[in-house]
Amino acid sequence: MTALALKMLFGDTAKYMMLVAGLFFASFLIIQQASVFCGLMLWTTSTLKNVAAPIYVVEEQVQQVNETNPLRDTDVARVRSVSAVEWAMPLYSGIQRVRLEDGSFKTVQLIGIDAATLAGAPERMIKGRLEDLRLPNTVIIDELAITRLSLKGAPPIKVGDRFEINDIEARVVGICKAARSFTGGPYIWTTYERALQYTPPSRKMLSAVIAAPVDGVSWEDAAGEISRKTGLKAYVNRSFGSDENDLNTSTVWWYVRNTGIPISFGTTVVIGFIVGVAIACQTFYSFVLDNLRHLGALKAMGMSNLRLSLMLVIQAATVGLVGFGIGLLFTALFAIAAVENQQPPFYMPWQIPVVAFGVIQLICMVAALMGIFRLSRYEPAMVFRT
Amino acid sequence: MNDETNDRVAVDVRGVEKHFSDGARSIHVMKQVTLQALKGEILMLVGPSGCGKTTLLSAIAGTLNIESGEIDVMGNPVHKMSDAALTRFRAKTIGFIFQQFHLIPTISVAENVGIPLLIQNAPKKQVIDRARAVLDAVGLGDRWKERPNRLSGGQQQRVAIARALVHEPPLVICDEPTAALDARNGEIVLELFRNVARSPDRAVLIVTHDNRIFSYADRVARMDDGEIVEVREQGHTEPPHFVHEHA
Ligand SMILES: Nc1ncnc2c1ncn2[C@@H]1O[C@H](COP(=O)(O)OP(=O)(O)OP(=O)(O)O)[C@@H](O)[C@H]1O
Ligand SMILES: [Mg+2]
Repeated sequence: MTALALKMLFGDTAKYMMLVAGLFFASFLIIQQASVFCGLMLWTTSTLKNVAAPIYVVEEQVQQVNETNPLRDTDVARVRSVSAVEWAMPLYSGIQRVRLEDGSFKTVQLIGIDAATLAGAPERMIKGRLEDLRLPNTVIIDELAITRLSLKGAPPIKVGDRFEINDIEARVVGICKAARSFTGGPYIWTTYERALQYTPPSRKMLSAVIAAPVDGVSWEDAAGEISRKTGLKAYVNRSFGSDENDLNTSTVWWYVRNTGIPISFGTTVVIGFIVGVAIACQTFYSFVLDNLRHLGALKAMGMSNLRLSLMLVIQAATVGLVGFGIGLLFTALFAIAAVENQQPPFYMPWQIPVVAFGVIQLICMVAALMGIFRLSRYEPAMVFRT
Repeated sequence: MNDETNDRVAVDVRGVEKHFSDGARSIHVMKQVTLQALKGEILMLVGPSGCGKTTLLSAIAGTLNIESGEIDVMGNPVHKMSDAALTRFRAKTIGFIFQQFHLIPTISVAENVGIPLLIQNAPKKQVIDRARAVLDAVGLGDRWKERPNRLSGGQQQRVAIARALVHEPPLVICDEPTAALDARNGEIVLELFRNVARSPDRAVLIVTHDNRIFSYADRVARMDDGEIVEVREQGHTEPPHFVHEHA
């Protein structure tokens, strides 16, 4: 019976292709868009990966890492005085403009770290030495900066090259690996003091205090104690979904709640769903109508409604499976290209394909149900009249 | 009716009534229809278009509900059975032959023939073996692997006959089996009905208004305007033959 169902399905090549194409399109759109959305959300937390301190202390109202609501300089000492804190260092993080030799500007994510300890420095250097950051007017750039800050036609930027940040000279002493920033600009590390020089003056400049707990105290406990003692907000830096006091989690949710990003991606996903429903249901229904004569003859010859329904379910599930499989394959190709190219953002947690598979199969079952309903209204006596 | 004939009765239709409502109008399609079909015979149901032949055939086949009266097929009270029971009854008891053949185009000839066995969950190997044997009997043994639409209309109807016989049903039902065929193919099909389909334990019931083929029947029941008006024995003084119009 399964064989009969599948042969009937594959026999109608045009409709079969159409069904698979529609469901492929829907799966691809849903999986790819959802993954790009997740990737983009992950990018919002890049600073937390690039400056991998266990604890981030920020101004009370701050809910996400890209929001700079500065602290007082004295807050570093206040955090340091908390007994659970092993060390606490200042952090500057802000978007600044780099002027290239040809006069054009590029935005970058400027990170200022403590010069003495280099706490918050890049973790993986590719070229140059981290310690050289202590030399005058020096910066460490990430890989993306090589393409972003190199002049057209000129050789790519390298260790020893110079550019200007707000009219002040910056000399490249190292290149590192870093996670992509949400804004698309490259990460540039310098010392905290120099970051203040690069930045147009204002009263308060301290974006955050990064800190680590003493041995034997958990990150969460230390963060809790910092909050109680200083009145500042102290987050841990674990990973998305760990808990509400994790800055990654708080950052992602802030973007989900306060930006149009989920809606715009959600719209595309919904369009994929609707297109899938429309094509699958319409094509499958016309496939059933085309075969109604034969299905009706089977019914007259004594095939039960249950088995006929099962045949339609098998057919619908099969096109769903094939369409989804091809959709997943194309998403994988897209993902490989995205990873190679470092953009667009792409992150596919296992929940995405699982949910997408469920959605596609749901579409197919709706299509099958429509066919089953049509067939149930087909009187077996009709076979003598068609 | 004596016991001996009673034993030979395959289909027993008694006092069957049926109306169709056609918008506001109600059509009385079966008026106290009473008819018997016997094992071992070919019974033809003939009459003008619209007189109710297909309707009666559908009722006997258990695909159409009647209002009153009784229909027994091989001892099964068709008029009393539930839908599920009717489905099982049709699968086991009846071989169907349709005017338009209704072969599934995307599976092979043998697979088409095997469908009634498939419906009864016969093992796959047995389905194909049995289908090929019946195809041999209708003279298409060498075409079993092909798709039905590669065959001529006459050959397709022979495949349909094979399909109707593959599960050895005690009743074979055909509605206008020759209407879509030319004279030559009609003749081949009718020969098959007489020589292959007809058997001592089976009744073959053919609806037709094709008067070229009446002589192949053992009995002819004439219907008019919802009533059986005459049942005539064919005393076969000469062998049955196909009446060619221009011969
Ligand atoms: N489902 C239906 N609904 C309404 N009227 C119907 C239905 N089926 C048949 N009829 C009517 O019942 C009458 C008998 O139809 P039936 O098909 O049994 O005739 P027939 O003898 O088989 O005719 P033909 O030789 O043309 O096939 C016709 O008037 C037909 O229009
Ligand atoms: Mg008819």
